[in-house]
Amino acid sequence: RMAEDVKEESVASNDESDRAASDGSLSNTMLTEGSCLLRRMEICVAEAEKRSGKNAVSMQETYTVYLVETRPMDAIAEGRNPPPDSLWRRYSEFELLRNYLIVTYPYIVVPPLPEKRAEFVWHKLSADNMDPDFVERRRIGLENFLLRVASHPVLSNNEMLYQFLTKEHGWKEMVYETGFQTKADSRLRALSATFRVRNYNSFSLLQRVADRLYAVYKVHGNYGRVFSEWSAIEKEMGDGLQSAGHHMDAYAASVDDILEEEEHYADQLKEYLSYAEALRAVCRKHELSQFELEMASQDLISKKQQREELATGIVHTFSLKGMTNKLFGQEAPEQREAKLNLLEELIAEGEETVKEKTAECDEHAEKAWADIVRFKDQKDKDLKEAFINYALMQISMCKKGIQVWSNAKECFLKM
Amino acid sequence: ITGHVFPPSAGMSVGAPRGLASSGQKLITEILHPLSAAEEPLSPGQDEPGLTNGTPVEISSAASASVLLSRLQLDCEPEANAHVTFGSGEPRDLFVTVDDPKKHVSTMETYITYRVSTKTTRIEFDLPEYSVRRRYQDFDWLRIKLEDSQPTHLVPPLPEKFVMKGVVDRFSEEFVDTRMKALDKFLKRVADHPVLSFNPHLNAFLTAKDLNKRQGLALLTKVGESVKNVAGGYKLRARPAEFSAMGEYLDTFSQKLGTIDRISQRILREQSEYLTELREYGAVYSTWAASEEQLQRPLEGVAGCVTTSCGALEDLSDNMSQDFLPVLREYVLYIESMKRVLRKRDQVQAEYEGRLEAAVLRKQEDRTPIPVEVEKCQDKVECFNADLKADWERWQRNKRQDFKQLLTGMADKNINYYEKSQAAWESLITLLQEKQTEDKTSETN
Repeated sequence: RMAEDVKEESVASNDESDRAASDGSLSNTMLTEGSCLLRRMEICVAEAEKRSGKNAVSMQETYTVYLVETRPMDAIAEGRNPPPDSLWRRYSEFELLRNYLIVTYPYIVVPPLPEKRAEFVWHKLSADNMDPDFVERRRIGLENFLLRVASHPVLSNNEMLYQFLTKEHGWKEMVYETGFQTKADSRLRALSATFRVRNYNSFSLLQRVADRLYAVYKVHGNYGRVFSEWSAIEKEMGDGLQSAGHHMDAYAASVDDILEEEEHYADQLKEYLSYAEALRAVCRKHELSQFELEMASQDLISKKQQREELATGIVHTFSLKGMTNKLFGQEAPEQREAKLNLLEELIAEGEETVKEKTAECDEHAEKAWADIVRFKDQKDKDLKEAFINYALMQISMCKKGIQVWSNAKECFLKM
Repeated sequence: ITGHVFPPSAGMSVGAPRGLASSGQKLITEILHPLSAAEEPLSPGQDEPGLTNGTPVEISSAASASVLLSRLQLDCEPEANAHVTFGSGEPRDLFVTVDDPKKHVSTMETYITYRVSTKTTRIEFDLPEYSVRRRYQDFDWLRIKLEDSQPTHLVPPLPEKFVMKGVVDRFSEEFVDTRMKALDKFLKRVADHPVLSFNPHLNAFLTAKDLNKRQGLALLTKVGESVKNVAGGYKLRARPAEFSAMGEYLDTFSQKLGTIDRISQRILREQSEYLTELREYGAVYSTWAASEEQLQRPLEGVAGCVTTSCGALEDLSDNMSQDFLPVLREYVLYIESMKRVLRKRDQVQAEYEGRLEAAVLRKQEDRTPIPVEVEKCQDKVECFNADLKADWERWQRNKRQDFKQLLTGMADKNINYYEKSQAAWESLITLLQEKQTEDKTSETN
């Protein structure tokens, strides 16, 4: 039932349709969550602007900032239409927020950010971060990120998230003050970098397909020109040829819209690829914890064995100590006493550690599992929608193709 | 034969069908009538595996020959005749088809023969139906005979004779099929022509069991030479505007067709590369599907749609290369034929003008009357012009029909491609949306 209520409330920049809105926002599939920030607050990334300024090393740079707007849900529900609160954020600040969340909630699959650099550009000569199409796609990706985070049962309660949305100045310092960076595992970050590189190949395929399709359509434009030239020397056939030529031009031009939509689809797939990477990070983190638990357990076992050997004088395992003891005689009883006491302390500590780590592992395993299940459900829903939209897009492309060629055929019949 | 354009020896070959009969040794009068007891009647259904020196049949009795000649005399009668009997939509009485390619392997060579079937009610043919096997050489022979015996008329083109071995497989299904269609079109165009269709060489081609070409070839060289001798050495003064216009039209048209050919080839290349990438793209979805649970069916569905689209695209490309391009190229050859005829016309006119000028000068000098040959030349020119104009009109009409058909065919194939693809994606939507409602109901339960 809560899911139904949340669904009723609209979020800015959505339309009412059942499928994902054309600008890529995923709100309809996400609002089935329970109590979360998104219920209390309407969030969107409304605009993007270019700024110039001096960076950390006092060099002039140009960068883009994005306008994050929020409005309280209750005000909207009451029918008032208050102006939104807003602040400007750079991509790097979004990145900071995400890294903070990853470290703070190691067992949660944290939603992905859009590409940092314009790596995959379609039919543009240069990969330009300032390119308006890229900026627009990024805007959509950043909005999706915020909506996903704000609708997550665990992440949405985070204070730094709330501050990100409401406190323009001093937010970065606040985040650094939490000291989250000390907890960050450098190994995990290195792993995520290699993941990106590996999957470039899948997307270059998507791009190659798009490039080829582009070429096929555009070459047809040449028919337009030659039909026009040919029509000049014909009497009865002239008009038909000329008109058909116009349709060939239209056909060639239609590919631009088609590719724009395909690009959007590619973005959705990419988003889930990144999302899957976040999932992998959670699994790896869990493996790491398990590994640490095993180490702690092993350590405890070996200490207990040492205690036994000291206490009984019987050496069960081969050790240099044991051998030297045999060869050169054992130590004095006081030394042995001291050693035993130390061992007892260490064992006691070790047992505590193992208990803690076990509890930690179990708890986190449970949390992670719950979030993984949530993520998988989300993914299945989102991707199915994406495929439906992709299929609709293909159908639309086919219909346009049929239309153009039917028009051309009519002209040919009139020749 | 007066008032005719034919050079003498060609006229001879027309009047001596004996040279075209199968055995070549018998006199016309000795060739048995097909309905006499000793003959076995032919039927189109019979397929001989090879060319046999079978029973000599058909070809004209002396009576038929004279009918042919009188028919040919009507050549120079104005267009009226031609239009009346062979305008589009008029009842035709000669139907030909080329089909059923078969490979023949002998010690000397390997080649393909095609079945040539004829149905006719014309009296120039002794039987209502014929079925013979012919190879490309035979078609080429026919074309040469037609061009030489009817130089004022436009003979349709044949597909290219020589193909680069190693580059093109002469025995591949595609090549043979494309060639066969072109041969069929050639023969149909000849059969539709009001003058060419009555040519005895065509008759022989359609009916003789075994074309004896050696005599024909000997005649060929003679004919070729005589044409050159007659027309050589004269320069044209003033070409009538309408023929100049024809020449210009042909040049431009040929150029445009060449451009269209290049564009089409480019499209084929791009489509082929697109197809390669698309196949790989579809495979990725299949691979992905294997690692998913809920998404497995949707992903396999997407992969399936991509595969269907690939198949449809392949069909489209095949059609372009096998049906569209060959016809385009054939028209370029047709244009070359037409240009040749225009040039011949120019030569004939030049000869007349040259002779006339010489004769006029002589008359001024010594009052020698203008010789009859000069008047005959004038007749030649006028006949040629008339024939050419008539052929031109027909050619233009046919061209319009042919291109209408060709281009609407291209449009249809493209429409088919999109229809197939659309159908596949639409069925996927149904599948996916069913799944969605399934999932929703299982959630609320």
